[in-house]
Amino acid sequence: MSSLLKITDLHVSVADTPILKGVNMEIRQGEIHALMGPNGSGKSTLAYALSGHPNYSITGGSIEIDGVNITEQEADERARLGLFLAFQYPVVIPGVKVADFIRHAVSNIRDPDRKEGEGLIGMREFRTEIKARMEELGMDLEFARRYLNDGFSGGEKKRMEILQMAMLQPKFAILDETDSGLDSDAVRVVSEGLAKLSGPDMGVLIITHHERLLEFNPPQYTHVMLGGRIVETGDAALAHDLHANGYATVRERHPEAAADNARAEEAAAV
Amino acid sequence: MTVTIDIDRIGFSAEVFEEFLTTRSEPSWITDARRAAFAKYEELLGAELDPEEFKRIDLRIFNAAKFRPLTADSDASSVSTLLAGETEYGGSIRHVDGTTTHENVCEDMTAKGVLFGDLQTLLTENRELLEPYFLKQAVRPDADRFSAWHAAFWTSGTLLYVPQGVEVDLPLHSLIAHTADGVADFGHTLIIVEDEAKATLLEETTSANEDQSGLHVGCVELIVGKYANLRYVQLQNWNQKTWHFAHQAGNVASEGSLQWTVVGLGSKLSHIHQDVNLNGRAATAEVNGVTFASDRQKISYYTQQHHKAQGTHSDLLYKEVLRDDSRVIWRGMIKVDAAAQQTDGYQRSDALMLSSDARCDSIPGLEIEADDVRCTHGATTGRVDEEQIFYAESRGISEKEAMHMIVEGFFQQVYDRIPIEIVRDTLSRTVQGKLGIESMTAV
Repeated sequence: MSSLLKITDLHVSVADTPILKGVNMEIRQGEIHALMGPNGSGKSTLAYALSGHPNYSITGGSIEIDGVNITEQEADERARLGLFLAFQYPVVIPGVKVADFIRHAVSNIRDPDRKEGEGLIGMREFRTEIKARMEELGMDLEFARRYLNDGFSGGEKKRMEILQMAMLQPKFAILDETDSGLDSDAVRVVSEGLAKLSGPDMGVLIITHHERLLEFNPPQYTHVMLGGRIVETGDAALAHDLHANGYATVRERHPEAAADNARAEEAAAV
Repeated sequence: MTVTIDIDRIGFSAEVFEEFLTTRSEPSWITDARRAAFAKYEELLGAELDPEEFKRIDLRIFNAAKFRPLTADSDASSVSTLLAGETEYGGSIRHVDGTTTHENVCEDMTAKGVLFGDLQTLLTENRELLEPYFLKQAVRPDADRFSAWHAAFWTSGTLLYVPQGVEVDLPLHSLIAHTADGVADFGHTLIIVEDEAKATLLEETTSANEDQSGLHVGCVELIVGKYANLRYVQLQNWNQKTWHFAHQAGNVASEGSLQWTVVGLGSKLSHIHQDVNLNGRAATAEVNGVTFASDRQKISYYTQQHHKAQGTHSDLLYKEVLRDDSRVIWRGMIKVDAAAQQTDGYQRSDALMLSSDARCDSIPGLEIEADDVRCTHGATTGRVDEEQIFYAESRGISEKEAMHMIVEGFFQQVYDRIPIEIVRDTLSRTVQGKLGIESMTAV
């Protein structure tokens, strides 16, 4: 049976300000979901809350994987259960080589009970594997020896996120605007990379403003977020319509959520 | 706060000095120099230490009377080492509780005129060659009470002399060990690399066990000739009951280059006065510092990069990690004399705090008398970035493991400057040991 990521009536606050006000969503392995919405609607908050960022406190509702409530779990425990977040702004860790970082990550994900200091995945096996994944993503093997995201261009950072996803083979991947700030070549690489990786074993939640990523990875479901709620869910045609026509009609249909969103945007601008 | 040492608690009285002299069989010129230094020591005990260098260090609980330069309890067999056996050495020397217990040097080097071994023996045998250097050019006995104290009581020491044009390819190894409780050692390291010569010396300090107390009042003198090249590493790895005071100075002649790495892992309290003197045109020095303080350790550095000639270049990078209640002090100074035009001086100290109870003071400084120079300095103090931790956690890496990777990465930037693989590897392993983690291996 395929795994299920189930989000039920999720409420999330950041620094005591409520951002998500009851989000419901079900993602099965093998499905692609698009999450769209104007600035301030809470898309990235959902991504961080799902991954377990300590600054995003879950004040109500639940997140479950196959019936196991992970709401209280730490980020590393969630990752070991198969959750992955591709960051909008990948973090630089100076002095830590890409290969070392990924080797530790892979060792933990594949052996979820591994403790620090216990054995890592074999070097030969790891090297063969990362080399193959890097070749598939058109990355120079030299990247493995560089420090994680240190001095990387925007495109290189995003490609590094996709490489980590390829190595960690998550059950559920959340892509937080992985296509933002990239030139069209880089968007193509990321889109193709994701298309290669997604399949029956991975459920994907794509947070995006762009159409390109969805062209390569057509979603079965499109969710529209406004004012911290999911106000509409449709298919790929909804994503296409929002790209073409914007959020004006969505706002009209959901005036209360639109007002919440406007307040959130104002607060963010201050 | 004024810094004074209670003279009653010094314990290194004239009687102790005379008794110490009876244990030495040395030529009179050495004894005479000791006597002069002892007189200077007694005089300097009454003088205030330079507040700029010492005001942040609390010496009130330091009781020198608890330590003695002589001990019958030495046990050379209990000494452990981080660096010996890790690579092929051209020679090695070992000092235990202030006595040289082992020395060897490959015949190849001796045939080329290289001197390597016990300082007292080689000074005695080669007075004409070595007397002009020993405690005369790099470190002066009258610098302060610690240098005078050392010059009066220096115990054993390592001497390396490389004649003009001789390149020593294999590194040399020097170990300074404490095995007896309450030992005071006054180890001295003197390295002379003549014009166009080349050498590498790796030195480490160690305590046989965690519980014995110890005192090291050391001195390092590095003399680098014209077009010569010296790489020197000192890995201070005492236990946390050892006091460590040292005057260390490197003089670099025209077109010479010195690469100097200072590692501070151990000691209860350590204070190192480190001078780099760029005496000749286009002399260069690279200074690396790796410090990892934990528990209640206090580790202090006073560094000077003194540019005395035209076109000289210095580059200092210190990295400090602090955990628990530890304290690190770095006071750095770049001095540029009026004659030292077209000088390029750089100094930087970065501290990473792992605990809110640790404290770090980083104080860079410049004194520039020339007008056509480029000097830059900087100091940062920061905590482990929460976003870095979260990023690693989101990849299944635990918070603790992430913290350890970040510390390793922080030091990696200075390891990258050290061209000696075994030093990099040993540092990495030792730091990991202090963190309690498995080593990372690169692809």
